Amino acid sequence: MLDYLAGRFGQLLLVLFGVSVVVFVTMHRLPGDVATLLLGDRATVASLARLRHQLGLDQPVIVQYWRFLAGALSGDFGTSLRDNRPAFGEVLGAFPVTLELTLSALLLAIAIGVPLGVVAALKEGTWIDTAITTPTLFGVSMPVFWLGLMALLLFSEKLGWLPVGGIMPIGIHMARPTGLSIVDAALSGRAALVWQAVLHLILPAATLATIPLALITRITRGEMLASMHLEYVRTARAKGLPEGRVIRAHILRNALIPVWTVIGLQLGLLLSGAVLTETIFSLPGLGRLMVDAILARDYPVVQAGAVFVATVFVLVNLGVDLCYAVLDPRIRRR
Amino acid sequence: MSESAVLGGPARLGGALARPAARIGLGIVLLFLFLCAAAPLIAPHDPYEQELMSALQPPSLTHPLGTDQYGRDVASRVLYGARYALLAIVVGDGLALALGTAMGLVGGYLGGAADAVIMRLTDVLLAFPYLLLALIIVAALGPSLLHSMIAIGIVYTPQYARLVRGQVLSVRQSDFVRAARALGASSGRIVLRHVAPNSLSPVIIMATLQAGSVVVETAGLSFLGLGAQPPSPDWGALLADGQNYFLTAWWIATFPGLAIFIAVLGFNLLGDALRREFDPRAR
Repeated sequence: MLDYLAGRFGQLLLVLFGVSVVVFVTMHRLPGDVATLLLGDRATVASLARLRHQLGLDQPVIVQYWRFLAGALSGDFGTSLRDNRPAFGEVLGAFPVTLELTLSALLLAIAIGVPLGVVAALKEGTWIDTAITTPTLFGVSMPVFWLGLMALLLFSEKLGWLPVGGIMPIGIHMARPTGLSIVDAALSGRAALVWQAVLHLILPAATLATIPLALITRITRGEMLASMHLEYVRTARAKGLPEGRVIRAHILRNALIPVWTVIGLQLGLLLSGAVLTETIFSLPGLGRLMVDAILARDYPVVQAGAVFVATVFVLVNLGVDLCYAVLDPRIRRR
Repeated sequence: MSESAVLGGPARLGGALARPAARIGLGIVLLFLFLCAAAPLIAPHDPYEQELMSALQPPSLTHPLGTDQYGRDVASRVLYGARYALLAIVVGDGLALALGTAMGLVGGYLGGAADAVIMRLTDVLLAFPYLLLALIIVAALGPSLLHSMIAIGIVYTPQYARLVRGQVLSVRQSDFVRAARALGASSGRIVLRHVAPNSLSPVIIMATLQAGSVVVETAGLSFLGLGAQPPSPDWGALLADGQNYFLTAWWIATFPGLAIFIAVLGFNLLGDALRREFDPRAR
């Protein structure tokens, strides 16, 4: 297991180094001159040259990369070109909103998807199976940005059940020590605020959960069906175990190992979907921050956001792999 | 190399299309292609023509899907939008297929340092959530339709590279490749004449499955303002337009979104059926 861990950690460092190179290279060839961007078109040649020198843009590329890497390792990506605040601070400030959204969506997708997949497999070939699997086909083809708009139209505008967007009703101010709206509302000790935070999260989380929910249902069903016909299951039945125990201890337990990997892989999908979901529901998360930064050519924020999200993504994937190795001993012996 | 050898025979293609879902998928894809070709003939209006007097009109006989804030006909814009979606598939999916196949062939056949470099590059690209990678590429190139398609193409390249590499690794051990090598064929000839054609069928299936994703993601970038720019009738851009009016004029955002959903569903159903037929593990 130690060898496996060391190997995975080595890969992680190599990938993170690659991530830093990709982000540096892409941002290095941003259209337009950064000094002109900062000082405006009317800046004199001398002041532009001075700023380029200050920013190190007149240095060889390899020196610039080294400075970027050293800064990145200490969380210093420079200051935002829009409001002069530390770029990494802006990213950290927006991240809890995205974290809350993606975790809620993932929990929703697992809580509904796994039981649906199990039921569909146990009722294979019946109308129940069809009633579960057909919508999953639609689910994986759904553009989340359209679904979000339609959900807003129906549940907020027509039915008036849920709020239109944001994380709290306009005019309500609340201290945000953690940045997670439900946790902050709970810390404020006001039940009404917790309820509001939950109401504001329902539509975005449900929208974002659509595709992972469909995928988790399909994978759970498929893995259950594959496990149901294996010999050890037949043996378990032959020795007279009750059907409930065969399903829980023999089929489901083994079927869920590959499902766990798929759940881990959903994170990339969720972080991508969060960019669009945050835009539709006016959530001040990391995705929205990055899109705004790109449109405003605020490259320090884009760099900070890209390195941060890729690092989180790689670390979560490592965590999923390690859990997988714990769940399935064959992996760590390879 | 005949098509039957590539896809494993018309019988298997027929087998894939025997599923009702596959036939529905194929029907949608054919309809999509027909609408792309026939858009100028069947569109009721010029998609760019503004008629401010008839702005924000609900669906009617004159404007079957209503009009937008400039009085442009939504039906015509959605019809022309199909051409942008097709362009995204050709450029985005095509770029990923070409780049990924080349990387997979080179890495898989040559092995050694070339393979190690290519595989580490794919690892790094896969370390980014796909839309985030597309976002930073668009940030580097500047927002435009072409750049969004290139970005999506680069995002999907690693998947093709890994798939083709895996195929090459298994094909290059086969007897006919060994025979070609024994006869003195060059590496280039072996890769292009023997290895590549025999690795094609999973690539074609992946291209079909990815086509739907490419449509969604390019539309997503346009929706965020990073892809097609106004007044292009790209589906994502139409949705972004409609977002500002969706409480008062639901039709502007509803129909382009429905078009994306149906097109993606078509490619997914077809790709899924092909995968089930040709990949025994997917059955």
